[in-house]
Amino acid sequence: MASIHSAEPAQHANIPQEQHHDHPDLEGMRTFGFWIYLMTDVLIFGTFFAAYIVLRGNTNGGPGPAELFELNGIIVSTFLLLASSYTCGLAVLAMNKGKKRALMGWLAFTAILGAAFIGLEITEFTHLVQEGATMGTSAFLSAFYTLVGTHGLHVCIGLIWMVAVILQLASKGITPVMKRKVQTISLFWHFLDVVWIFVFTVVYLMGVS
Amino acid sequence: MAASSKANHPAEDTHGSLRSYTIGFVFSIVLTVIPIAIVRSDWLEGTANAVVLMGAAVLQLIVQLLFFMHLREEKNPRYNLLSLIFGLVILLVVVAGSMWIMMFNQVAG
Repeated sequence: MASIHSAEPAQHANIPQEQHHDHPDLEGMRTFGFWIYLMTDVLIFGTFFAAYIVLRGNTNGGPGPAELFELNGIIVSTFLLLASSYTCGLAVLAMNKGKKRALMGWLAFTAILGAAFIGLEITEFTHLVQEGATMGTSAFLSAFYTLVGTHGLHVCIGLIWMVAVILQLASKGITPVMKRKVQTISLFWHFLDVVWIFVFTVVYLMGVS
Repeated sequence: MAASSKANHPAEDTHGSLRSYTIGFVFSIVLTVIPIAIVRSDWLEGTANAVVLMGAAVLQLIVQLLFFMHLREEKNPRYNLLSLIFGLVILLVVVAGSMWIMMFNQVAG
């Protein structure tokens, strides 16, 4: 219950920022511009999902989803990504309170969780390829690697980006521009979590059931 | 002055509190554990299984949008929400349209 009251400082911490509102339009517009980019990403993933759903039965005599997927590892990576979405939120909270070290710490923790997720994904892909399930094996696997690989690529870019933001925070501190940058990467990270939920549901859970 | 400038900038401040983030996190864990339990126990089959699993995923999408991406706190005009709806409509047309066409194709073939 004590956590309810901790919400208060977060809101008041924004008040000093009002003094820096010389270019408020610009920073707001930049965040919105990034949101528009996320919507185009929705369309990319949407088309890959459509291709996967349509092609998932075309295994060309090769292995299907039920034989290939190891749900245990996927469940672990799902919870890693869920937790990283939460820690990314905690980073934004720390930023709103003006706590630079906590902000950098939570961002670093988020990046570590994301790196662990990518590590598991690479392990899974290597395992699949060793079993002979490569991208060229069947239409199902082509669509699978395209969809899951594109998500993994996004997470990798997010990781590099997050490290860059942490480095910039170390030198510049919490400025209005850095606030916008942290908010942008946090939006990106939550978005990737949402996409993964649908990958997890459509590809893995529906694949094995 | 400060108040009026703030009202004009919907995307400027995303608030959230430890409480709302934690609620969102707990919700997303519950909404992940339920589908896993359903699949593990082979509780449902076919269409019912797909509907329940997708339902949980969509609920989690809403949880993330509200608790983590602060869509609810956006000030008017709600361009973020509008562009999201636009994106989701196209998404639905592409995914549902593809599925429908390929189903029809298989029946004809």
